[in-house]
Amino acid sequence: MNGVHDMGGMQGYGAVIVEENEPLFHHAWEPRALAIVLAMGAAGKWNIDWSRSVRESLPPAMYLSVDYYQIWFEALERLLLHAGLVAPEEIHLAQAIVPPVAGVRKLLKEDVSATLSKGGPTQRDTDTQAQFVMGQTVRTRKMNPTTHTRLPHYCRDKIGVIQAVHGAHVYPDTNALRQGEQPQWLYTVSFDAHEIWGPDTTASTVCVDCWEPYLEKVDA
Amino acid sequence: MSSKSHNADSHSHPHDHHHDHDHDHAGSELTDIDLRVRALESLLIDKGYVDPAALDALIDTYETKVGPRNGVRVVAKAWHDPVYKKWLLEDATAAIASLGYTGRQGEHMVVVENTPETHNMVVCTLCSCYPWPVLGLPPAWYKSAPYRSRTVIDPRGVLKEFGVELSPDTKITVWDSTAEIRYLVLPMRPADTDGWSEEELGALITRNSMIGCDLARTPGQFDALKEDLS
Repeated sequence: MNGVHDMGGMQGYGAVIVEENEPLFHHAWEPRALAIVLAMGAAGKWNIDWSRSVRESLPPAMYLSVDYYQIWFEALERLLLHAGLVAPEEIHLAQAIVPPVAGVRKLLKEDVSATLSKGGPTQRDTDTQAQFVMGQTVRTRKMNPTTHTRLPHYCRDKIGVIQAVHGAHVYPDTNALRQGEQPQWLYTVSFDAHEIWGPDTTASTVCVDCWEPYLEKVDA
Repeated sequence: MSSKSHNADSHSHPHDHHHDHDHDHAGSELTDIDLRVRALESLLIDKGYVDPAALDALIDTYETKVGPRNGVRVVAKAWHDPVYKKWLLEDATAAIASLGYTGRQGEHMVVVENTPETHNMVVCTLCSCYPWPVLGLPPAWYKSAPYRSRTVIDPRGVLKEFGVELSPDTKITVWDSTAEIRYLVLPMRPADTDGWSEEELGALITRNSMIGCDLARTPGQFDALKEDLS
């Protein structure tokens, strides 16, 4: 989706604000929001791609104006509703009214450390052959899907070179739609910054991780 | 349509008595978001979906256990031990796991090395992807629109805002974390540190230097810092 979350190359957001001795959290609610997002993420009712898709589908003005932990929180409320884990009136009244949904994996205190240490690796076995090899020149596709994708708009329809081949990884574009993991080969593609931006850049190279469906062959 | 934009269901009072939903909570420091997070947390506990003790353990993990000092240990070891450095650059996930740092938001690691010719910077233009097992939670600026928008087009301008000015001859490579590969920058080892122990080297490594927004401290800068603190 060409949303406000896709910020690479946008101008007008001002200078980076670097705080001296920045605290880990700025408000008391932030660690609580982080914790419920992580705990419910471990519940197994949605995947990271679906949750990213919901975050980037928040109203644009909200996305741009709230603290990042609030983006997570707003998306958590929507995910809970979409997944049917809570009812709207329960959020409204802050009180359980209907029975809980079965099959929610409750993250217990004693499992927190092991769950975090394990994480959620996205590499998958595959029977397919990688279509591209190290050093090969490729072009990113010209595409504008209205659904979740991880190919930023700034590097679509651009020529780059395969810099690394990472094996097959869960494909966010389908996984976010709950159409399955459909693992695809993942590559790091390096672009000459001038191919992307013309003369208006101080970068030399920009590297972007691209799944195979984002790429096409370039005629020699 | 009234200019007051309250939802019908939240405004069922028969009389228009004082009932301002956008009140400023006079006498209370709680904001709407404070209250909403508390309310949702208690609802999720009430529904039996979350274990309150697990929430505290999650927060404690990132407040006290997982933070930039993990990355400092990785970089210091790489500076100190050429065999480890070679492994780190070839298979960062395994080399980092050998120190005990694995898991969430660091499942697939790549380490990129700064040299006099090339400086590396890491960003996530699409969200906030960041290597948690080695750096902990990302700072607010990393997730902010200015950093996410400008780093891929004007990294030199962004670096200036961090007080870093590179030689015009140094090329900048920017890594946009669009997949589940997480990047850690291996900063250049400062001069005049021959014979230093891993622990001593660690004191020169800043979090921002491992994102590519800073350089490692020089021994002189470190001495000045120590003097400031004493």
